[in-house]
Amino acid sequence: MMDAGIEDNSNHNFSGYDVRVTDAAQNGDTFVYVIKSQQIPSDTEYRVEREFEDFEWLHHCLLTQEGVTGLHGIIFPPLPAKPGTFLSNSEAKTKKKIESLAMVDDWQMYCRALEEYLHLVTAHTVLIKNPAVHSFLKHRELPIKTKVKKGIFNKLTQAVEELRKEHHKDIDDFFQNERDSNLTLTAFTKAAVEKFLEIVLTEQKIAIACGHFSTALHLGIGQDDDPADYAFAKMCLKLSEVLDTVKKNFEKVAENDLNTLGFNLELHSRFQDAEKEMLFRRTCKLVDVETANKNLGQAKPHKKAAMEDIKKAADKEFDEISGMAKVEIQRYHRERVRAFQKALIELSDSQLQTARECCVELKQQLAEFKQLCAE
Amino acid sequence: MATEREPPPLGDAEQTDFKELEDGEDLFISTASTLESSPTSPEPASHPAEDICANSNGPQPAEISLDDDLEDLFAEATEEVSLDSPEREPILSDEPSPAITPVTPTALVTPRVEPKTIFVPAMFERSKEELEEEANGDSFDMEIVVSDPEKVGDGMNAYMAYKVTTKTSLTIFNENEFSVKRRFSDFLGLHSKLATKYMHIGYIVPPAPEKSIVGMTKVKVGKEDSSSTEFVEKRRAALERYLERTVKHPTLLHDPDVMQFLESSELPRAVSTQALSGAGILRMVNKAAEAVNKMTIKMNESDAWFEEKQQQFENLDQQLRKLHTSVESLVCHRKELSVNTAAFAKSAAMLGNSEDHTALSRALSQLAEVEEKIDQLHQEQAYADFYLFAELLSDYVRLLTAVKGVFDQRMKTWQKWQDAQAMLQKKREAESKLQFANKPDKLQQAKDEIREWEGKVQQGERDFEQISKTIRKEVGRFEKERVRDFKAVIIKYLESLVQTQQQLIKYWEAFLPEAKAIA
Repeated sequence: MMDAGIEDNSNHNFSGYDVRVTDAAQNGDTFVYVIKSQQIPSDTEYRVEREFEDFEWLHHCLLTQEGVTGLHGIIFPPLPAKPGTFLSNSEAKTKKKIESLAMVDDWQMYCRALEEYLHLVTAHTVLIKNPAVHSFLKHRELPIKTKVKKGIFNKLTQAVEELRKEHHKDIDDFFQNERDSNLTLTAFTKAAVEKFLEIVLTEQKIAIACGHFSTALHLGIGQDDDPADYAFAKMCLKLSEVLDTVKKNFEKVAENDLNTLGFNLELHSRFQDAEKEMLFRRTCKLVDVETANKNLGQAKPHKKAAMEDIKKAADKEFDEISGMAKVEIQRYHRERVRAFQKALIELSDSQLQTARECCVELKQQLAEFKQLCAE
Repeated sequence: MATEREPPPLGDAEQTDFKELEDGEDLFISTASTLESSPTSPEPASHPAEDICANSNGPQPAEISLDDDLEDLFAEATEEVSLDSPEREPILSDEPSPAITPVTPTALVTPRVEPKTIFVPAMFERSKEELEEEANGDSFDMEIVVSDPEKVGDGMNAYMAYKVTTKTSLTIFNENEFSVKRRFSDFLGLHSKLATKYMHIGYIVPPAPEKSIVGMTKVKVGKEDSSSTEFVEKRRAALERYLERTVKHPTLLHDPDVMQFLESSELPRAVSTQALSGAGILRMVNKAAEAVNKMTIKMNESDAWFEEKQQQFENLDQQLRKLHTSVESLVCHRKELSVNTAAFAKSAAMLGNSEDHTALSRALSQLAEVEEKIDQLHQEQAYADFYLFAELLSDYVRLLTAVKGVFDQRMKTWQKWQDAQAMLQKKREAESKLQFANKPDKLQQAKDEIREWEGKVQQGERDFEQISKTIRKEVGRFEKERVRDFKAVIIKYLESLVQTQQQLIKYWEAFLPEAKAIA
């Protein structure tokens, strides 16, 4: 069975849970993920098997939880995109564009993404209270679910209406600014993810090319009787070793990129989308409030009371959402910066280490080569 | 004329001189080159004088103006002039320098000149291989640089002129440093002349860089993009390598066409090298005809060495081609990586600009800079991949074609010999028939013809032996060169890899504290 990396979650906002997605196994045409979790400080460890559908169910439950104040002001942790088949290296060679982590590299990255999702959910003070989370982590079977409908809460629906509402001017500067910067950041982050993943793909291609070069150098190594051929063959074999080093190096470089900045950028690109959705929900609510006010103003006397009630309800909801949103936004930015920092440190650290290792090996091989030629 | 006479550089010129004179017999027979093609014979005789000067208290001796002496020498010398010929010294000792007294060469060993054998008559018994070794072992004191490509003219008649600068202390040249302007067709013309002179007697003449109609048209038309600058640079480097290889060959170095190419400011335009000219097409047709002929020559190979070598080179050719494909793929991906890295650097910069958090913004901008630098690194490494490796491999693939050509020439020479033998046989038969017919004048004619053909058979055999000998030597030289070339390139390549990693280390080391500073 394959094993996903075990992530140390203790750096994150503190979660009452230690959740790990440890395995992924193919079951027909879907994948089954093994999730192990432990509630801190309890000793009981739970082990369940889940498919992607189950994650979608969980997400839906989170979005539609009843009785939570300002639920719609929450920036919901984004679920990773539905996985296709995990690309092997040779397929990766022919793919022109990578849009998500689900397409890059292998199942390990994807498991890590799912794990991150569960961690974020369990670390959220409001979301953890949703009983669906506990069901998800502990129960063998999940309640029978109807096909999850992509409702208005987790999917922006009519495009025209979206556009109109999206650009609806805000009454609060804080939120207006946030909406504007979210728009720019989302676009740039997406572009950065794409370009970065392109780099990773090319690095993998170079590794493959080095492998071919290395193999080609082994050709024609046979006849040793001719001194020139013999010397030539020795050189080729040595060079082949060097290219193996270069190949390994590029594989490691690509891995480092993917594990650190790649993962982070991709996650935060999705998070930007989640924030955007939250801001949109709030904006929609704002529109409701303004509509209710307008209606109240225009209402006939006998409808006034009813309109008043509607207005009060809308105001209340709006305030709750805005309250939650403010807290969430601040938390989000703190988290974002912290995560970015972590990723950048890990990136430069790992690349530095890889470069150092490679340098040492290459220097040695260079010395060996010179030695070889001196003989 | 009375300038300082300096000893020739570390023996190199001498060996080539002597080797040259040994080959001189071949040259004089088969080429149209004049006596001037033999190099500075005065060299060795200058040593005794030099040494005397070192020991004497008198003023330093004058440097011989070689041109004048060459003329004088050859006016008096016979073809096979031996180097310790007494004729030399009188000429040299006419030099206006009081410190010079003629001394027999054998008594002197100049410490500065390495091969003592210059003064020993027995030198001629040294094998050509040994001389070769010394010639190659010493540092080859000649540097050629092809630079400053300049577009001359307009439209489809435009061409690129390259500056060819030679730096040398070899005294066969008039000066130590000189440069000329040459165009691509000049190089082709040079190669064409050398090939005509030397290939059919078994010398491996380095092939000239390839023509490229597409590439050149872009340049002519004035397309100022990166692909045409790359094309010009690629060509410039190829021309430089071509000249370096040519002058490394001791025989070719002293060829008057080569020397004229390097030295003289005006060169007659080589017109028959145009790609689509009548001569060009004729050449193509001839090549095709030759290929067909080659297939039909079935040679009785008495020497297994040649067969083995041919097979070996066939294998090598295959291997080099495969390697070339691999390297090209690597180069291509590296260039891609460079492009992608640059694109990401821009993205990161934009992200940094729109980021509110100042420390993160700065870090992202720094990341963008790091990525830009890494992009440069990738580009440079791609160039190294290409110019070191890919071009070397393709040079050698074409060199192997020249080698094969030389082997084919040997077969043709053999064929000629066989044909002469067959003809001689026929003539003999004709003669014996005529013995019984009573036609005395026809008989005489037949006898004359027999003698003629006997001569041709002997010549054919001599030619065949000579070319076989030459090829053996040339192949030996080629093998040594090949190992040396690849060794040098691989070392350079490894060094470039190490350097790239060291740069990467620097960049990441510089960035790490920036990342940590995001509070």
